[in-house]
Amino acid sequence: MDADLSSPLIELRGIRKTYVMGSQLVHALDGVDLDIGRGEYVAIMGASGSGKSTLMNLLGCLDTPTEGHYSLNGVQVEELNDEELARIRNREIGFVFQTFNLLSRTTALRNVELPLIYRGMPRRERLERARATLERVGLGDRVDHQPNELSGGQRQRVAIARALVTDPSLVLADEPTGNLDSATSVEIMELFDALHEQGNTVLLVTHEPDIAEHAERRIVLRDGQVLRDERNGEAA
Amino acid sequence: MIFLENFRIAFAALRANLMRSILTTLGIICGVAAVIAVVSVVQGLQYMITSQLQGVGSTFIIVQARQNFSQPGMVTKQVKLTWEDGQAIQQHVRNVAMITPQVIGIQEIKHGDRQHRTYLFGVNSDWPDVNDFAVEHGRFFTQLDLDRRNKVAVVGTTVIEELDLEEPIGSEIYVGKTPVTIVGVMEEKGRSLGFDSDDLVFIPFETALGVFGRRAGDQVELRLQATDGESVDQVKDDITRLLRDRHRLEEEAPDDFNVLVQDELLDVYTQILGMVTAVIGAVVGIALLVGGIGIMNIMLVSVTERTREIGIRKSVGARRTDILVQFLIEAVALSLVGGVIGLLLGWGFGALVTALIPFDFPPAYVPLWAIGLSFGFCTLVGVGFGIYPASKAAALDPIEALRYE
Repeated sequence: MDADLSSPLIELRGIRKTYVMGSQLVHALDGVDLDIGRGEYVAIMGASGSGKSTLMNLLGCLDTPTEGHYSLNGVQVEELNDEELARIRNREIGFVFQTFNLLSRTTALRNVELPLIYRGMPRRERLERARATLERVGLGDRVDHQPNELSGGQRQRVAIARALVTDPSLVLADEPTGNLDSATSVEIMELFDALHEQGNTVLLVTHEPDIAEHAERRIVLRDGQVLRDERNGEAA
Repeated sequence: MIFLENFRIAFAALRANLMRSILTTLGIICGVAAVIAVVSVVQGLQYMITSQLQGVGSTFIIVQARQNFSQPGMVTKQVKLTWEDGQAIQQHVRNVAMITPQVIGIQEIKHGDRQHRTYLFGVNSDWPDVNDFAVEHGRFFTQLDLDRRNKVAVVGTTVIEELDLEEPIGSEIYVGKTPVTIVGVMEEKGRSLGFDSDDLVFIPFETALGVFGRRAGDQVELRLQATDGESVDQVKDDITRLLRDRHRLEEEAPDDFNVLVQDELLDVYTQILGMVTAVIGAVVGIALLVGGIGIMNIMLVSVTERTREIGIRKSVGARRTDILVQFLIEAVALSLVGGVIGLLLGWGFGALVTALIPFDFPPAYVPLWAIGLSFGFCTLVGVGFGIYPASKAAALDPIEALRYE
């Protein structure tokens, strides 16, 4: 990508997402403008129904807006077709889900390797990279374990490794600690903090203020619009 | 690269549900097993028939008795075709070069303490020329042997081995209770796919009737050669007229015999084999349809079960075509696994059947084209019935799929 590195990584302009529910139109997002720079550490907050899941799906290129412009690393996402969306998810996005979403009966190594398969990378290189990434999240000794042999925290580490293995420009984490106990949550959040320090752009979607504390910037949504957009440490 | 990876995924998925996979492919297994079993038997037969018909040439004619079971109001009476009929043909029909009666039975033969079951032919001196067989050592029996009812025999090479005859010509062997002296050894014909054309003993027709019993003389087969190809039709017509007259058949009554010329012989066999093939084709068609629906069914279940997996794959960058190909390959692999199992079962069954038939039947033989055809059909069925579930999987919305419980 020959994107201009000085421009923001993410630019949202007048984003609307409208669903038809029965005979009603529901505006899940109702005019969102947002810039997120490279290397930022952002938390998106809001009550359920505020539109944060919809926003995350759009940012993750799982969906396209009904209206408005979304530019990710210089690419106009709203113009992309299905295949191009798959490609940009593969290249630019690393997802971390609340429920981990690992393939069962598949080793940690194979799980982490998955995005590289769809990139068409040769097997040897794939496995090498997957192994290195697992070591990076502290699971170098668990590569051959299947998800059911791992603890919740370890599973989420595998998921994070899978998100990182492609060197994405954006790590998108949706309630990454929602299924973890508080001690494990702390460990996982430390990992995200470390990723941020290493220069990754990290975007957390959460409703927990403690978790949002870790980010440098907090965006609060309500009724599909940005209610607040503030630096952490500023007046709440 | 992704293609290869898909095979790995497909086989891992099939292994994970091994029992289900095998049960699913039962239709395919039955279909392929039926094809292979029948083809393996029919192929052997076909080789035997064509190799037997080769060499005798286009002037070869066979006359056989025919039972008319379907004649309404008629008590089925034993239809006779005797050597007297044959002699009448010899005397009254023009352009018959030579003619021989033939009765065949499976008979125990003995020499010293060696025993062997073989085909015993009761024929006359024209038989080798009519059937394109030749004598290697010694001689065939002559008209004189026939007239004098000499107890002589001509044997094939297998018989010599089986009875361990060091000096065959002049040896005395027992055919049933009848002692005969070997006067000649037939030229080696070899096995044509299991049918051993050297495992036979010829004795004079009248002598054979003594072995088989006089009643065998009521049901002989007549084999003859016309003088040339052009006269075959005339010979056939004349034989028909003559035999109808001799058998006192009413004007409207059907023939109680068949006059078969070489083309017709081939036609008859081709017709029978064609019928067998058609029946099997229908069975296989139904089995493959059932098998295909089974595969479609299980693939739809699989797609639903693995909705979340599909969501995960899509979220990390799998395109529609990646998912489509993954599930298609899985369907084809499922079908092919059934094909392989069916192939082995069918081959085993064919071998078992041919082994169980007591006399020398050609062994089961599975030609490559049948294997290729079976696998081709399996692939078609896999693709044909897998495309709907696979496209359903490919079309899943990643957001919905990830949310699926």
